[in-house]
Amino acid sequence: MIQINERLCKDCKYCVKFCPKQILETGTKRNARGHFYPVVTDPEKCISCGICATMCPEGAIELPAKGADA
Amino acid sequence: MAEYKRSTLIADSPSGYCPGCLHSLATRLVSDVIEELGQGDNSLNVISVGCSALNILYWGGDFLSVAHGRAPAAATGVKRTNPERLVFAYQGDGDLAAIGLAEIMSAANRGENFTVIFANNQTYGMTGGQMAPTTLIGQKTTTTVYGRDPATTGYPMKMCELISTLEAPAYVARFALNSPKGVRDARAGIKKAFQLQMQGKGFTFVELLTNCPTNWHMTPLQTLDYMNTNTIPYFKPGVYKDTEVDKA
Repeated sequence: MIQINERLCKDCKYCVKFCPKQILETGTKRNARGHFYPVVTDPEKCISCGICATMCPEGAIELPAKGADA
Repeated sequence: MAEYKRSTLIADSPSGYCPGCLHSLATRLVSDVIEELGQGDNSLNVISVGCSALNILYWGGDFLSVAHGRAPAAATGVKRTNPERLVFAYQGDGDLAAIGLAEIMSAANRGENFTVIFANNQTYGMTGGQMAPTTLIGQKTTTTVYGRDPATTGYPMKMCELISTLEAPAYVARFALNSPKGVRDARAGIKKAFQLQMQGKGFTFVELLTNCPTNWHMTPLQTLDYMNTNTIPYFKPGVYKDTEVDKA
């Protein structure tokens, strides 16, 4: 399961576009810079493919090693 | 992807780039690869002028900030005096293909043993979106308000093709950063370029096609589609020269 560092997000929506499970969406809360950051709508469906982390320009999405987030 | 952790080579804060700018993705890829190769303390980033200069506040490793277009010349000096260092120049298209054209071609022709990361966003981003040598035909900028007309301003310059015609370069490749596959390929390409440099194989050049949401006057998502329909058909991604493969 991914971890989103909302502090670094700039709301480009690349993660939302490329999520193969379509479980990321732009949230309704803003971060300190005023950007709406993404939220995971259905954590159960996350397959930890890391495509959102691959596309995030800011490196705001991290994918912990398997078992580390249990 | 088994695991991903943000590199400590870039600052623990948002970059200075605009939202959706693939420049920051390029910077992050470079930092990831350097960390993966265990060269964090041994790397040296030669930062040029343009949006790439935003790395001055963002890059956590050693860097050198040099005059406009002169990054390959400065990198030549650093690499020759510190051959064990992993030296790379990080340049944009206005910097590399316009004012720094002599430096890049000469450094490539001499086969200097460093890497050039070339972020090509087809405009002068930092100064307000003027036409760059790589601006596409018909693309509107603040200096080509009716779109670039080849009759008066020539054609977009293909740097990978130009450099691959030279004898000396060891590796010349172009990647597009607008899709997950492109980003993965780019990461592999950057890694290969750095590894070739560490083996002393000579000049390596990696062009990364990026975007400029601010000066293209589009949302970040629209720029990705624009790149698919306009940029990629003209600037074709691929490996243009690889002496290791050519020899085999």
